[in-house]
Amino acid sequence: MNEQPEQLRNFTINFGPQHPAAHGVLRLVLELDGEVVARVDPHIGLLHRGTEKLIEQKTYLQAIPYFDRLDYVAPMNQEHAFCLAAEKLLGIEVPRRGQLIRVLYCEIGRILSHLLNVTTQAMDVGALTPPLWGFEEREKLMVFYERASGSRMHAAFFRVGGVHQDLPQKLVDDIEAWCDPFLKVVDDLDRLLTANRIFKQRNVDIGVVPLKEAWEWGFSGVMVRGSGAAWDLRKSQPYECYAEMDFDIPIGKNGDCYDRYLIRMEEMRQSVRIMKQCIQKLNAPDGRGPVVVEDNKVAPPRRGEMKRSMEALIHHFKLYTEGVHVPAGEVYAAVEAPKGEFGVYLISDGTNKPYKCKIRAPGFAHLQAMDHICRGHLLADVSAILGSLDIVFGEVDR
Amino acid sequence: MDDAKLDALGQTIVSALPGAATGHSVAFNQLTVDVEASKIVEVVKYLRDDPSCRFINFTDITAADYPSREKRFDVIYHFLSPTLNTRIRLKAQADETTQVPSLIEVFPGADWFEREAYDLYGVFFVGHPDMRRILTDYGFEGHPLRKDFPTTGFVEVRYDDQEKRVVYEPVRLNQEFRKFDFLSPWEGADYPLPGDEKAGPKA
Repeated sequence: MNEQPEQLRNFTINFGPQHPAAHGVLRLVLELDGEVVARVDPHIGLLHRGTEKLIEQKTYLQAIPYFDRLDYVAPMNQEHAFCLAAEKLLGIEVPRRGQLIRVLYCEIGRILSHLLNVTTQAMDVGALTPPLWGFEEREKLMVFYERASGSRMHAAFFRVGGVHQDLPQKLVDDIEAWCDPFLKVVDDLDRLLTANRIFKQRNVDIGVVPLKEAWEWGFSGVMVRGSGAAWDLRKSQPYECYAEMDFDIPIGKNGDCYDRYLIRMEEMRQSVRIMKQCIQKLNAPDGRGPVVVEDNKVAPPRRGEMKRSMEALIHHFKLYTEGVHVPAGEVYAAVEAPKGEFGVYLISDGTNKPYKCKIRAPGFAHLQAMDHICRGHLLADVSAILGSLDIVFGEVDR
Repeated sequence: MDDAKLDALGQTIVSALPGAATGHSVAFNQLTVDVEASKIVEVVKYLRDDPSCRFINFTDITAADYPSREKRFDVIYHFLSPTLNTRIRLKAQADETTQVPSLIEVFPGADWFEREAYDLYGVFFVGHPDMRRILTDYGFEGHPLRKDFPTTGFVEVRYDDQEKRVVYEPVRLNQEFRKFDFLSPWEGADYPLPGDEKAGPKA
């Protein structure tokens, strides 16, 4: 009857911002040709809080809590990048015990993040048990956060020049006791997922990123290691005491979602290995001592000192009102955060507030490649790819 | 890499790109090269392809605002060379009307970073296929990271129960945004101290 061929038009749908697989507040505008993705347009910024603008108004100490709220899955790793940047400008070195505590808690953060990512990625492709098992361990880790800093997530524990407080010995022992049983949990998750037929069907050869493209798109962390680059800032540009830690870097071959999953699983085991070494070093005689630099122009004096010394009182007052004056200059400091290279580009003009603080979030670079990676995949693969990119909106939107 | 090697690398880059790279400096063990904004694509291509550089990993694009300068923006690029295991920072100066060439042909990853610099600073990248705002709200006006943009902004959003929708209104603050001047009068202040006005301007 109808002589003219029907005009075929691609179908456009909104994925998110209220979708459980959107990992937060991502709005994807998907253009579909049947069930094949023709174009992805991620709309971000729904969680934009103007962190960089706010930091410009705050002293260096007041800026630290904003970093917890970026990638809120691994808060201390972010603080670490900011503290490293400020320390470079100030030219101070963190005492050994402070470094060990930092590394210990950064690895806890890495496990926190990978546990969340691996298990929710499994949930995105249909498995419900892994998150239940993984979150039990996350809960324990957050208790370690709480016992060190008083807060389960937004720790604000790192300081320019070290960490805020020393760890009680009982806490160190408890973290040590947690390590080995946790490896069992990883093995359990491993048995649940790695050889699972459905999990493999949903992940193997999905979202392949060749290495050359990975570099060009500004990828870092697991995303380049999955494509075969042996690149980890903890090894290649060691900061703190990572140079003396003994650990391996897993790398992938195929650059697909499944490889990235395997890498995250192995990195959790390696993190436990680093944590054990940290604890051993913390318990050794040369691991005792101050956790923050002794210079009272940078770190506050001890409470007991303030009761007796007028000078200590003045230092304390000046530090908590005026704050530290950081010498003028500019510096880029990056850490290997669980999601990739988390960088802080800090410009100081010599006053007590940063002139500019650019936060380079790994998730931002990874998410922009969604269109590139997803083209030609099926609609169901979008959530698998999104899961393996490891996106947390706090850091993408800043 | 130590400072001497970085310095040598900087010299090589500057001498290989006359007119495009104008100078270099090394601070905190990091190399900075000043470039002409209009020649940025040429510089980045050289850095990516030259066998002695191989800066193949795109890291970051951002800007910094110095309102007192004639060309108020620094456009700042970061790249990483996994081969040399070193980073490089490129700096180009621009103002509100300078058309900075987009890097999207050389590094596809520059896409969102350029959109962000445009959104937050108003640096204009020419040759970018999709220069929309990225982080701020739909229909946002102004460039929030400029130094002359107030932290409180101009517009606030709330849900109106009568109208059953979200409404935009001009910002109304019950208390002014508090910005304390903590700089000690013995070091930083260049204004007359309260109670000390009679003393006249400082010599």
